[in-house]
Amino acid sequence: MSLPFIVFFACAFLAVLGALTLILAREPIHSALALILVMATLAVLYLLLGAEFIAAVQVIVYAGAIMVLFVFVIMLLNAGIEERTDFSKLAKYAGLPLGMFLILFLAHWMAHSLIGQQIANGVGGTNASVATRDLSAQLFQKYLFPFEATSILILIAILGALVLAKKDE
Amino acid sequence: MSIVPISYYLVLSAILFGLGIVAFVFKRNIITIFMAIELMLNAVNLAFVAFARAHNQLDGLVFVFFVIVVAAAESAVGLAIIITLYQNRQTLNIERINLLKF
Repeated sequence: MSLPFIVFFACAFLAVLGALTLILAREPIHSALALILVMATLAVLYLLLGAEFIAAVQVIVYAGAIMVLFVFVIMLLNAGIEERTDFSKLAKYAGLPLGMFLILFLAHWMAHSLIGQQIANGVGGTNASVATRDLSAQLFQKYLFPFEATSILILIAILGALVLAKKDE
Repeated sequence: MSIVPISYYLVLSAILFGLGIVAFVFKRNIITIFMAIELMLNAVNLAFVAFARAHNQLDGLVFVFFVIVVAAAESAVGLAIIITLYQNRQTLNIERINLLKF
């Protein structure tokens, strides 16, 4: 058991734990903190995969900006304990097993599909790190138009949030 | 130095995505449901990075970048909608937000 495996399994365990906490917690703020845990562990996994820039963006934008927005809204709306409604019988007896089946099926399919098998053997350890310089070159040359289009998207999002949050006259 | 096989990352991604779907279906608080969407986006991002690493191509990483940008825009608008919804109906429980429900 070498170090990458130990780091991977520790992070995977924490990520699944965080996702389960998100489901089981009754207070929205606990769910938010669990989601931050998931995002932080995913950032570590990105580092393990050699994508430093994505790991930094994950921490800054996701765990930083987006989750602060979530926590802020939870604070603003004073969101308390989630009300439990009566599950329908169908949800209780069919939903949970089907949900578990979906998770196991997806995991099994990912692990044993042709794609997963091929790549699992083909990964070398020599050129581990993806240089941020190459990534930026790709982003500003090949993907320049989508990059500029996202600026319009963000502008629309700002306007949309403003219009929605505006007090009615 | 041995390398963790890509299929491990894919399995983790699938598990997180499945848990995101379960949370999306079972949670009753609209903010938590929104968080479940973010969890699913994160799971997909992990698969993107794993595939990009496996093929030694950067396009997957660029896609993750775009997914993060779109998620930021989506959460800004979505949370504004949630605030407006709360001002109108004084509840976050989706069982009570049923104006469009058939």
